Amino acid sequence: MRVTIWGCRGSIPAPGPDTAGCGGNTSCVEVSLDNGAVFVLDAGTGIRELGNALQDRGTRRIHLLLTHLHLDHLEGLRFFAPLFDPGVTIDLWGPRSPVQSLRERIRRSFSPPLFPIDLREIPARLTFHDVPKSPWTIEGAKISSGLVMHPGPTVGFRIEADGATFAYMPDHEPALTGQFQERSRDWISGASIAEDADLLFHDSQYFDAEYAQRVGWGHSSVETAVAYARVVGARRLVLFHHDPVHPDRTLERLEVEAASLSGERDAPPILAREGMTFELSAPASE
Amino acid sequence: MPQKHLILILARELASNLATPTLIADEVGRAVFYNEAAEAVLGIPFAEMGEVDIDDLGASFAPRTPEGEPRPQEDLPARIALDERRAAHERLLITSRDGVERQVSVTGLPLFAHADEFVGAMVIFWRE
Repeated sequence: MRVTIWGCRGSIPAPGPDTAGCGGNTSCVEVSLDNGAVFVLDAGTGIRELGNALQDRGTRRIHLLLTHLHLDHLEGLRFFAPLFDPGVTIDLWGPRSPVQSLRERIRRSFSPPLFPIDLREIPARLTFHDVPKSPWTIEGAKISSGLVMHPGPTVGFRIEADGATFAYMPDHEPALTGQFQERSRDWISGASIAEDADLLFHDSQYFDAEYAQRVGWGHSSVETAVAYARVVGARRLVLFHHDPVHPDRTLERLEVEAASLSGERDAPPILAREGMTFELSAPASE
Repeated sequence: MPQKHLILILARELASNLATPTLIADEVGRAVFYNEAAEAVLGIPFAEMGEVDIDDLGASFAPRTPEGEPRPQEDLPARIALDERRAAHERLLITSRDGVERQVSVTGLPLFAHADEFVGAMVIFWRE
């Protein structure tokens, strides 16, 4: 399993020389399996470059997993090149809403005055799915999702394939559910998604002092992210969903703080950076 | 142990910050949490009780009408909220686990994540 970061910025794109190190594109992660299956997690602006790469590779089948429909996770979809290729099939998965179907909610962004092309005119073959309550299988991968603490219907995703487990929770504020560090895992938001994952991408938008001013906005401090990774038993934490006002030099301080908080020497938390790739595989047998 | 639904996690957090006696049950009828205010009514700390079938918990309080007539479990507000998935309310006389007889009003509220996704019930005790 190969995990590639195409966008890791939160809230709004933040391009420019001060953010070039980690990148300014909003959330988008590619997961490619050994059998060639391609999963795309979220459709922030990072999906534009990914779309070009997938077209170059001749990818004809894409599974797009949307954690939620806040703009920073959807705004790139309209510029995803495979959408405009009639030879491509895209399955879109997202959280259920009590009000509208996934298709209708996404269709809003494909309509005036936001966009000139209606969803009906998109050439690619699109199928919309509400995420099921129980794990399901796509091209040999076991996929799990579950509601997590964030304003509006929001899920995290867990992908188990090729002997490894990747968990993705880019927008998550478990601190809002109380002192989760003192609870058993069954009472922790998203624990069934993240537990014992080989690799966890988790929201760590703020320093603690910043978080105190933004409680309830749906995001985590670096302290919370490190504590969360510890209680769910994740083996490697990647700090994700960078605040758009944080330049690279500030994010580097965040990374140092995370390493200090974790005390982990072998696999300390690291910053997500555009272009970063992780190769995951089954542990070597003894 | 499977993870609790986010709605139950949020309900627990709400209950733990309320001064109103409140109990949370999951979709299969297990009392998965009650708060400190409920402990004062029920007469036993949750930490001591642990997760328990709500019928077993209810029976242990010998619920009865204010006139002293026993009330079957299926007619109690918690059970109605769980079985019929509608709100219910009733005044009851109970004998708490500390041996004290108390008159309480009990309100059972079903919890739905979606119209077709029932996740449990919230039970509120109004001490009279």
